[in-house]
Amino acid sequence: MLKNITKFLSRRRSWSIPYVVFMAIFVVTPLVLIMIYSFQAKDGGFSMENFERFINQPEAANTFIYSIGIALITTLLCLLLGYPAAYILSRLKPSNASLVVMLFILPMWINVLVRTLATVALFDFLRLPLGEGALIFGMVYNFLPFMIYPIYNVLQKMDVSLIEAAEDLGATPRQVFTRVVFPLSVPGIVSGIMMVFMPTISTFAIAELLTMNNIKLFGTTIQENINNGMWHYGAALSLIMLVIIGITSLFTDSESEDGANEGGLL
Amino acid sequence: MVKSNYIIELSNITKSFPDKVVLDDVSLSVKKGEFLTILGPSGCGKTTLLRLLAGFNSASSGEILIGGEVMTGVPPHLRPVNTVFQRYALFPNYNVYDNIAFGLKLQKVDKKEIEQRVKRALKMVGMTDYEHRDVQSLSGGQQQRVAIARAIVNRPQVLLLDEPLAALDLKMRKDMQMELKEMHRSLGITFVYVTHDQEEALTMSDTIVVMNEGKIQQIGSPTDIYNEPCNAFVADFIGESNILNATMVRDRLVRFMDKEFECIDEGFGENTPVDVVVRPEDVYIIRNAEAAMFHGKVRSCTFKGVHYEMFVDTPDGYEIMIQDYNAFEPGTEVGMMIKPADIHVMRKERTENHVEGVIIDSTHVAILGENFECEPLEGFEVGEKVDVAFDFSDVELTDDPDDGISWGTIRFILYKGDRYHLTVRTDEGDNVYVDTHDVWEDLDEVGITIAPKSLRVTHLTK
Repeated sequence: MLKNITKFLSRRRSWSIPYVVFMAIFVVTPLVLIMIYSFQAKDGGFSMENFERFINQPEAANTFIYSIGIALITTLLCLLLGYPAAYILSRLKPSNASLVVMLFILPMWINVLVRTLATVALFDFLRLPLGEGALIFGMVYNFLPFMIYPIYNVLQKMDVSLIEAAEDLGATPRQVFTRVVFPLSVPGIVSGIMMVFMPTISTFAIAELLTMNNIKLFGTTIQENINNGMWHYGAALSLIMLVIIGITSLFTDSESEDGANEGGLL
Repeated sequence: MVKSNYIIELSNITKSFPDKVVLDDVSLSVKKGEFLTILGPSGCGKTTLLRLLAGFNSASSGEILIGGEVMTGVPPHLRPVNTVFQRYALFPNYNVYDNIAFGLKLQKVDKKEIEQRVKRALKMVGMTDYEHRDVQSLSGGQQQRVAIARAIVNRPQVLLLDEPLAALDLKMRKDMQMELKEMHRSLGITFVYVTHDQEEALTMSDTIVVMNEGKIQQIGSPTDIYNEPCNAFVADFIGESNILNATMVRDRLVRFMDKEFECIDEGFGENTPVDVVVRPEDVYIIRNAEAAMFHGKVRSCTFKGVHYEMFVDTPDGYEIMIQDYNAFEPGTEVGMMIKPADIHVMRKERTENHVEGVIIDSTHVAILGENFECEPLEGFEVGEKVDVAFDFSDVELTDDPDDGISWGTIRFILYKGDRYHLTVRTDEGDNVYVDTHDVWEDLDEVGITIAPKSLRVTHLTK
């Protein structure tokens, strides 16, 4: 008996069982349930009515498009702010850089809700209006580190001799950037975009707090439907969102065949 | 200004990083069209020198002229030089063609001309038809060829090569050496080539610059460097050699292994300590011991392809390395002869250790970062800076660094026939030179002990 247990524990495969069980219960089962629920009518039979409702009712569809818009703006702002930051960081001495990277990552140790509530308080204190502007500010503030880190990772690992080779062949500092550094950092950018764009589509807590429930994002819509017992419609909306995210990740994958892995974080 | 026929002129270049001096007062001139090789062990400063020429680093002091123009403050992209990097440094985001065309496109060369020149460069490195290949799909040798093509296509005045063949296997390296030499001949541009491989340097160069510890040791043609090494380091680094302690009795007569030998060197003075170098192929070995200049017993004999390499022990305890086409069995009593012209006499760089110290009290002096006991001192003030001398053979080394008064790392080992001459570097950067019969290994950490009576303390002469 004891021998069998020892044998069981010594096999590497045995150690993966808890994870497989966990994944099956908390990831695979919910996904399957979402699939089933979204193709069910209220009476339980197969039906496309949830999707028809999404297309015919402009409210949810509009929220969806609006959410994508906000996510795009957030991602773009994060990229514009994050790239220069990552670039400067990658030029620092390693000892200094790790300290600064730490400072960027430090806020992520605090819960999103706490940070967002603090942002609300800050806007209050500065007498700035809550709303769309505050929402975008909050999103950028929350997701910026996710953009900086993968880009910094790629830039920092870049072989310095490539930059020297470009200089040596007559490239001005600007040309070194546009022809060598930037193209080679694309995998990091792709990684960063995925890290920011995907979660921003489905955020709802930040939106609720920073707009005092005035602006609805798609995440909020899903949450409201499910809270109000509309399980089937909520599941269908979730599925639509998952498919869209899936498509963007496929698109970014093919963009950077060999690169995305270098982006770190993922 | 008179245009000199030197394309590169370095004057009094010093480069120091916060913790060490990498180049120490280096001056060097390179002729137009020359194939110059900078040769030295790793960490000797050769790569730093090349980087100063390329403009990736700037010198702490001194001046660099390329093509008669002062290069101080000129960034790499404006210098008339191109570099071939050790690890190729090809741009992974471009294919072979775009890598080679990189420099030409920046110069806004006409598209048709770019195509012609890229094709010609590819032909020159034997890579025709590879234009559209992804650089990462190429082998190391092919990548290095592309890197060379990428540099020469710009027709620089000087081509800098930083150990370009170091990452290739032996066969490929031999082929590339010949091809590079051929390229140098047909292009007519100046090559500055950095390597730690002495054979590569001897094969390819017009001029060799031997460097060690940030200083130029010797500049000369390959034959000069091989036949007339100027000090024990060069003799040891280039080819195989027997290096022995000797005394120059008078002009044309030198004494080593307790025997006097005729030589052709003059001007060292009388009874001057010197080093003598004899190449192993210059020692004649014969069975008839009667006619020989000195005798010995063969200890080992190894076949090396063309010749045999033998180690012969003399009765006085010296070990001589000999290369000969004939084999002599171990145990054979043999006689040996050396022609006067084959004995190379070199001035000794030093005959004793000198370090700067500070008087602690009447029986202690601080040297090498620690307090050493010495014979009672008179006429010195506490805190006075002094010169402390001691003989090579008075330094005792111990396996455990903690067993010594101070400690250091063995940086260079020179075998002198009957003893080892070691260079031990302390933590503070002082060099201690040690003669020993014990066998140590490079980079061993050792304790350093010196007996009180061996330390000779004198006032610093201003």
